[in-house]
Amino acid sequence: MRTGRTIERADVTTPHSKISYRDRRQNLPAHLFLAPWFIGLIVLTAGPMLVSLYYSMTEYSLLTDPQWVGLRNYERMILADDRFWASMGVTLRYVVIGVPLQLAFALAVALLLNRGIRGLTAYRALYYLPSLLAGSVAIAVLWRQVFGLEGAFNVVLTGIGFDAPPNWIGNPDTALYTLILLRVWEFGSPMVIFLAGLRQIPAEYYEASALDGAGKFGQFFKITLPLLTPIIFLNLILQLINAFQAFNSAFIVSEGTGGPLDSTLFFTLYLYQEAFTNFRMGYASALAWVLLAVIALFTAVSFLTSRYWVHYDDGGR
Amino acid sequence: MWTSRHATSIWSRTRAVPGKRLLLHLSLSAGALLMLYPIAWMIASSLKAENEIFADPGLVPSYIEIQNYIEGWFSLGQPFTGFFLNSLLLCTAVVAGNLVSCSMAAYAFARLRFRASGFWFAIMLGTIMLPYHVTLIPQYTLFFNLGWVDTYLPLIVPKLLATDGFFVFLFVQFIRGIPIELEEAARVDGAGSLRIYLTIILPLLRPALVTGALFSFLWTYNDFFPQLVYISDTGLYTVPLALRTLLDTTGDSAWGPMLAMSTLSVVPMIAIFVFFQRQIVEGIATSGLKG
Repeated sequence: MRTGRTIERADVTTPHSKISYRDRRQNLPAHLFLAPWFIGLIVLTAGPMLVSLYYSMTEYSLLTDPQWVGLRNYERMILADDRFWASMGVTLRYVVIGVPLQLAFALAVALLLNRGIRGLTAYRALYYLPSLLAGSVAIAVLWRQVFGLEGAFNVVLTGIGFDAPPNWIGNPDTALYTLILLRVWEFGSPMVIFLAGLRQIPAEYYEASALDGAGKFGQFFKITLPLLTPIIFLNLILQLINAFQAFNSAFIVSEGTGGPLDSTLFFTLYLYQEAFTNFRMGYASALAWVLLAVIALFTAVSFLTSRYWVHYDDGGR
Repeated sequence: MWTSRHATSIWSRTRAVPGKRLLLHLSLSAGALLMLYPIAWMIASSLKAENEIFADPGLVPSYIEIQNYIEGWFSLGQPFTGFFLNSLLLCTAVVAGNLVSCSMAAYAFARLRFRASGFWFAIMLGTIMLPYHVTLIPQYTLFFNLGWVDTYLPLIVPKLLATDGFFVFLFVQFIRGIPIELEEAARVDGAGSLRIYLTIILPLLRPALVTGALFSFLWTYNDFFPQLVYISDTGLYTVPLALRTLLDTTGDSAWGPMLAMSTLSVVPMIAIFVFFQRQIVEGIATSGLKG
């Protein structure tokens, strides 16, 4: 599919095994078109990855040369750094609670919207809009106001009879949950993907099962859910990767501290503080590699378990 | 696409119980209201006097307080005009860079032949999933040594080098759907790859380019982290950086101006969404699905 027919014709005259002058000339346009991407790959991705791995085994403050320390950064992180563990705990809780909740809302609303109702486009747009805005500093600022001691949420609570509601963002027990709520609020984008997936399920399946006497619940568990598992899987991967890298909401709501008592210290926020407040570039690089490892672990587990719960049905595509 | 069979069958099923449909509409509208309440509240409060913001969670100010906007606009020593222009400049440069570099790479991946193309394509897909943080510090030291810190170059130059693999992928998917016959005919007429890219691929790629431009604009406009890392000169502040500084300097004492500027900062995004709602939503649906 990828090669044009003219190029395939050239294949016939030049054997694959040898790279002849002709072949190289065929490659030339591709190389020119790929040049920017390739330079970017080497200079901004692959090179920096290697350097970052090297930095992670050094002590480096940007202004002096890196000092080799071997694995000591990782050692200190695991054995002696409470904030590392705090930030890991915060991020894991954020991801493990936030992402499934967000996907559950996305799926539930998508199912409601997928009933051939009038005004689908309008509803879809309204539910989607928060996802577009939620990552912005403006919305984080808003969250800080709404869930503060005198914030709008507490005004409502007092109005309906609650006595002295807490400062949600100032209390270490609740602060993280305001950020999780903000993530759940962004369920619109996985919802749109779910809706598109739901439309791919052929109507005949439902008709056939209705003839067999299946009820709505039976249809949901026997048809909709299994055929939707590839989309659930896709959304899960996308949101996992995204949630692990969340930064803005915690940074703004806690004014860059990750407080109160490190209760909103996202991993990325800790990394930022180490790199750009304390100028411990070596240690921050080590943190970045741990972040990559954790994301890779979660992604790998999702992929490995997917064969047990993701159904690929050719009839449904 | 879907309207034909599926929709009609479900439609008739739901129409059989009109009461149920009304209930569905009521709950969906209530849900939408709840979802949009925070945004509506932000807009309403930006027009309220300071003491009313905290006293009344409703959406109708007792009188319109424009003062918040005036105060907020000038509260950082220099007016917000500059911050908005900076954001616009940055976003425009990023959009241009992304469209040119990513469509070039996508054309090569989708249509041209080169050695180990499958391998390189897999690498490109891999970079989409790579967290920014892994390359952050070496990139920072590189730009620091080039003297690029406190300029927009670290934010723009990577986009000229197609580092946003997501857009390459989006365009590849689209180009693969373009019938190849046109290009074959052009080749017979002696057109080279460059002419084919310029005269056939780019014009036909337009819908995907629009989607790419919209997302790259919106994401850059919101993209706080790299801007925070690279920009510290107030004259170069973008809107998110200015908002953050406003929050830090006025703290919790001046919510009116703070919410007024927050409201203004989301206006461009809401405007783009209103005008290009279909492209944005379809863009999410198809690019997600084809993944």
